[in-house]
Amino acid sequence: MLMCRKAGLPTRRQFVAAGVLGSAAMAIGCAPGKGGNWEFLSEDQARTLAAICDQIVPADDFPSASQAGVLTFIDRQLVRHFRRYQDAYRSGLEQAQAMSRKQFGQDLDLLSQQQQLEIVSNLSEQNSPFFELVRGHTLEGYYGSPRHGGNRDAVSWRMLGLPEPPPLGRAQYDLRKGSPS
Amino acid sequence: MKRVNAVVVGAGAAGGIVAKELSVAGLSVVLLERGKWYTAYDCRKDDLRNQRTTVLGNAFGPEDEGNPRVWVDARGVLHTVLPSEGSYQNDAACVGGGTLSYGAQAWRYLPQDFRMRSTYGAPAGSSLEDWPISYDDLERFYEKAEYEIGISGDYSGTTFHGPRKRPLPMPPLPPGREFAILEPAAKRLGLHPFHIPMARNSVPYNGRGPCMRCRWCVGFACEVDAKNGSQNTVIPIALNTGNCELRTECMASEILTDDRGRARGVSYFDERGRLQEQLSDLVVVSGCATESARLLLNSKSRLFPDGLGNRHDQVGRHLQGHHYTGAVGYFDFDTYDDVGPGATIAITDYNHGTPGLCGGGMLANEFIRLPIHTIDRLPAKTPSWGLGHKQAMRDWHKRTIVIMGPTQQIPTADGRVTLDPTVRDKWGLPVVRLSGNVHPHTFEIGEVQARRAEAWLKEAGAIDTSLMSYKAELVSAGQHQAGTCRMGNDPQSSVVDRNCRIHDVDNVFVIDSSVHVTNGGFNPVLTIMAIAYYASDALVRNWKGTGFRS
Repeated sequence: MLMCRKAGLPTRRQFVAAGVLGSAAMAIGCAPGKGGNWEFLSEDQARTLAAICDQIVPADDFPSASQAGVLTFIDRQLVRHFRRYQDAYRSGLEQAQAMSRKQFGQDLDLLSQQQQLEIVSNLSEQNSPFFELVRGHTLEGYYGSPRHGGNRDAVSWRMLGLPEPPPLGRAQYDLRKGSPS
Repeated sequence: MKRVNAVVVGAGAAGGIVAKELSVAGLSVVLLERGKWYTAYDCRKDDLRNQRTTVLGNAFGPEDEGNPRVWVDARGVLHTVLPSEGSYQNDAACVGGGTLSYGAQAWRYLPQDFRMRSTYGAPAGSSLEDWPISYDDLERFYEKAEYEIGISGDYSGTTFHGPRKRPLPMPPLPPGREFAILEPAAKRLGLHPFHIPMARNSVPYNGRGPCMRCRWCVGFACEVDAKNGSQNTVIPIALNTGNCELRTECMASEILTDDRGRARGVSYFDERGRLQEQLSDLVVVSGCATESARLLLNSKSRLFPDGLGNRHDQVGRHLQGHHYTGAVGYFDFDTYDDVGPGATIAITDYNHGTPGLCGGGMLANEFIRLPIHTIDRLPAKTPSWGLGHKQAMRDWHKRTIVIMGPTQQIPTADGRVTLDPTVRDKWGLPVVRLSGNVHPHTFEIGEVQARRAEAWLKEAGAIDTSLMSYKAELVSAGQHQAGTCRMGNDPQSSVVDRNCRIHDVDNVFVIDSSVHVTNGGFNPVLTIMAIAYYASDALVRNWKGTGFRS
């Protein structure tokens, strides 16, 4: 079970939600010191990052990266396994935002889809190590295990036509007989 | 602490077998393992945190915290690296070692694999050498490993294998869709495809049930315990003798020696970080190639100022793994059947006998793919992000086949493990420093192998392919690591003798992949197991009370 490091005691409403919906609800209930919904990101950083992630995996008939919870995945790991990338995210998001303001005079998340695509393409064409990092984390979050907050409801696995849970999983297997039951 | 006959360091493929063989023979054994003992119920199927895809760390050790290594790149720049990073060359740290979570391909090496120098001559700059023992010396121990650990498969489709007296104890699993696509194609090319030997139950065996064909195999522990490693075969037998005590989360720090230069036991940090000494009549080092070398190098004393067994600067050299190359084929029909373990079909036609190449390697189809693996295995012109990438994931995830294999490496004396002079682990011990490069001829063999994989895929109907061939800029080790305590007859150019005993210390043995002179063109685990049975057999035969027969 992931713990809320900064959240202190959950409110009664959050507690009830966590009881009903499990760890996903618990994570949403994490209220960090900054007052937003994130453990590491500020609200501004989260909006910028969401714009980048949603160019990497855009919405079509299936959800975009942020709709599938990829921001939750990245944010959680930035205070866990991705701690060593905190600085890279801070400065990378700042640079992306600066590029957006210089080119279009606005914050990245307020640009049109076409303008956002242009900014993200620039980052990609510059071979920016930050972009490569976000690209990797976004795809890992989107196509990886739902337990880490991305790929919510196994949406990407369903998109690929993989039955979830798998047809021969533990639920279908009788351990005592040693054969599919 | 009570003195015992033997301390075995490392409860992996080799250490588990040595502990079992010694304790069954009546020796008292302490088996030290730095990791934990996981069971089938710890098999969390997490594609971001397992032993193969380590985005969020290793599931079966070591932890990223407190276990660094140092890697020296081709330009001589030092990098401190974590266990979840590729250049760390990790195997595992747990009871069972790599065998808890491996893909479990269980190959015998071919007779020529033990005679590489005699067969091909040594390429310039290489340390290619013959083993002091032959395939025939190991044959009955290969068979013992196949029956005690439990191997399924069927060699009857090929003649490219060493002589064998008995078939495998279990039939292969029923073929999957990739087998059905690839088998006729290989035959049309004049090749000899057959069922991969696997340390996996296809029928009930050793009191456990068969594989349930799930898609989470290599890199994961098996949730129905149908995958056979030392943790669910030999180690329980060792413990049941009453002669073997397994101590987990215990990190060996040094082999202790007396004034006459004989080992008197092992010092280690226990699960609470306290330094302990376990005295013993003999010591067996089975920590895998990188960590076994480290323990010997960390065992310095007046008589062994450069580390135990290292009088001639041989410990840590000839480090090798495998150079994996192959190809991805893209098809215009579904090749994916969602049935594990996925890897089912192999050829060994190309392991030897290609003019101009020193060896080759086995080629097999890859284990079942998870979406996370398809991300970077799409056709060459696919955008690496955006709608085009998302569409390509939908187009190709179920329509690709990967064929690849472990190209036999040409070893060099410069590919090596040393101790880093400054970086320490959480116990304060100097850590492994990895340096050197892969011999360039290895890449030439790998390129040919990749093209062969591509030809097989095209014959099978692939409408597009991409080659997986590259020139790695780092020494290769990883889960197939080998070679750091070379076996040989000459004490000046090797570390252990033909029975795995250190040349100048008569009661210390290195029994694991460290002793491999060359590493074959196959997954190495069955050879590691066969050597463990072979060396244990010699050890027990020479054992007399608390010492050895002279």
